[in-house]
Amino acid sequence: MKDIFITGLGNVSPQKTFDNSQFLDEVISVSTNQLKCQDPNYKEFVPADMIRRMSRIIKFGVAAGKICLADASCEMPDAIITGTGLGCIEDTEKFLSNMISSKEEFLTPTSFIQSTHNTVSAQIALLLKCHNYNFTFVHRGLSFESALLNSILHMDSGEANTVLLGAMDEQTRNTFLIQQRLGQIKQKPVDNLQLLKDGSRGSIAGEGSAFFLLSSDPGTKNYGKIAGLDLFYNPTQSEINNRLSKFLEEKGKPLDDIDLLICGMNGDQKNDKIYHALQEVMLPKTPAAVFKHLCGEYFTASAFGIWLAAKIIRHQHMPEVVSLKHSSSGKFRNILFYNHFRNIEHAFILVTQS
Amino acid sequence: MAQRIYITGIGIISALGNDTEENLTALLEERSGIGQITLLNTIHKGKFPIAEVKLSNEELLDRLKLIKKTNLTRTAMLGMIAARAALNSAGIDDVRNCRTGLISATTVGGMDRSELFYEKFLNDNQKGRLRDVVNHDCGDSTERIADYTGIHEFITTISTACSSSLNSIAFGAELIRAGLVDRVLAGGTDSVTKFTLNGFNTLMILDKNNCRPFDETRAGLTLGEGAAYVVLESEEQVNKENKPVLCELTGYGNANDAYHQTASSPEGIGAFMAMQKALQMSVLKPGEIDYINVHGTGTSNNDLSEGIAIERLFGEDVPAFSSTKSYTGHTLGAAGAVETVISILSMRNNVIFPNLNFSTPMKELKIIPVTSLKKNAKINHVLTNSFGFGGNNSTLIISKADSIE
Repeated sequence: MKDIFITGLGNVSPQKTFDNSQFLDEVISVSTNQLKCQDPNYKEFVPADMIRRMSRIIKFGVAAGKICLADASCEMPDAIITGTGLGCIEDTEKFLSNMISSKEEFLTPTSFIQSTHNTVSAQIALLLKCHNYNFTFVHRGLSFESALLNSILHMDSGEANTVLLGAMDEQTRNTFLIQQRLGQIKQKPVDNLQLLKDGSRGSIAGEGSAFFLLSSDPGTKNYGKIAGLDLFYNPTQSEINNRLSKFLEEKGKPLDDIDLLICGMNGDQKNDKIYHALQEVMLPKTPAAVFKHLCGEYFTASAFGIWLAAKIIRHQHMPEVVSLKHSSSGKFRNILFYNHFRNIEHAFILVTQS
Repeated sequence: MAQRIYITGIGIISALGNDTEENLTALLEERSGIGQITLLNTIHKGKFPIAEVKLSNEELLDRLKLIKKTNLTRTAMLGMIAARAALNSAGIDDVRNCRTGLISATTVGGMDRSELFYEKFLNDNQKGRLRDVVNHDCGDSTERIADYTGIHEFITTISTACSSSLNSIAFGAELIRAGLVDRVLAGGTDSVTKFTLNGFNTLMILDKNNCRPFDETRAGLTLGEGAAYVVLESEEQVNKENKPVLCELTGYGNANDAYHQTASSPEGIGAFMAMQKALQMSVLKPGEIDYINVHGTGTSNNDLSEGIAIERLFGEDVPAFSSTKSYTGHTLGAAGAVETVISILSMRNNVIFPNLNFSTPMKELKIIPVTSLKKNAKINHVLTNSFGFGGNNSTLIISKADSIE
């Protein structure tokens, strides 16, 4: 695998992550079980006449993409590759609701036009006039990871030197209510900062969009390298452990070289058990960090986790609010990221210092 | 391409028929699958024709022969039927005898059942059966296909509007080329829904008659449904098993029109670039393409834009072309795979299926499609296009396996 550097970040999330000069200096806490995006000034990123028509996901997705491009000083990426679990669900529900309530009459097209899952990557291409490779993956908890894999393959084969990689998902009132009825959201309100201590069933709803400029050139500054990815479907616990051993062996990184494990614990006891089991057997002493108490749970929350890995590498500092197990060395060269979505879609990602 | 990639199996279910044989028969008999709405419960019944798969959900479920009655969307069931057919056609009974991936595509996923859910839920948010909404997202049908076929090694889903399943085949090829898998089942599935029918209706691009691609009087698309999958295998895997192949996948290209969220640019810039990239990868000259299965939706905008791009790329020597959406309707996320399968049938049977319902050439173009079944056609290389909302333009080229040495 060629060297793939992260040279830019853009993250619009329930925390004030849109400002790249900060690193979780201020932490937002709520006790509604719903974490929603902190809005940057969208006018800085999108023409005013377009903002009016855009749903939230398009606004925060496009903004995250543009923040990322600016951070990397990249004007025209060789490819735009995105992942989203539910796509433009607000527009989808809007068209669906109007269709049902008006009994298929008197409908207008805007929300239908914007309902396709590739809307954000398309809007970024449109704003940049970027005719290059453009792709969108929509596979649940592997949507972002699939987009990352596609980016790696594209850069490895030499077809692209720069890829704008991103993920986005939004929550609506309806998705929240449905997830709550499904038991995916906690029934009683919890303080998001106490999420992992709760132990009841379900998690808290989240949303956001994180973008990464991947480049074959390290540039003058970067946030480390994407050094490996393994994604897999519906494994047993022993398969997870075996896969991790094989993955790290292939990457030439023994377990002892891992300075930090970032994992996707979300406060659901059954869900988090998988992480604990891996930790106990494979990485009992390794420092660990978590992130879903800051962004909530959603199909592409892992992109927030990779943003966190990149920032920790860059700053060589782990903010207290994400720390699960302290790092005594304070050195962050090799970060192993592990996330699973309801124990169906799983992925390991290795982020290293360049 | 460093490693050659072969197509060893195909499977399809569409308005033309429930298996490959039935689809081929209808194509050869120039019999369109488009007709009046019979299954979809909509006020537009009788107003717009569509191309429905002629099986009810109960009949689809029966065909799957599942031991346990499960909670499946129409999109998933169509996909499962075509996916299994593709594996059978490739003579694969053990999907785990080598590293096998599944790349599927869809645009609306489980919308057919979400429509039922929201109808109740919008009145009372404690109502609506949850099992009608848990399969809403696009990944669901892929996981059902994975579980049904036993594919476990690698799975993912692509959604780039109407170019989705051409992209899933292209991405499948990339995975094999990168050596991550030896074999991929790739394609797409979409069922017809009220959501899409009404959506295209608001854009005023649904023809009240059967669609007439590339005709001067064309008035829009005809919505269809279906699923199609191909089995891609690495050269190494094919050699190892010494198995017969249907054709070779020689090129693909992906470009963005970057012009408008839904409309194509007047000069078809994205279409031109996608075709050009695919030709570059296949190391073919435009003159070597024998047939183009065009995107040809029948909308005023697409056919003009695509036609201009084709004329620009192929010059005076435009190959025979046709839009088989006049047979299958526009199957959205499944269209790229449906048309790849039809292109393979065309190549394997030395025929070009006509562009039905054509009578008047477009005044802006010099080219006209094939209008009657062309037999004994020598087809070594086929190019097929799929274009989608968001300016997502994709092209695939397949070649006779013995035509490149």
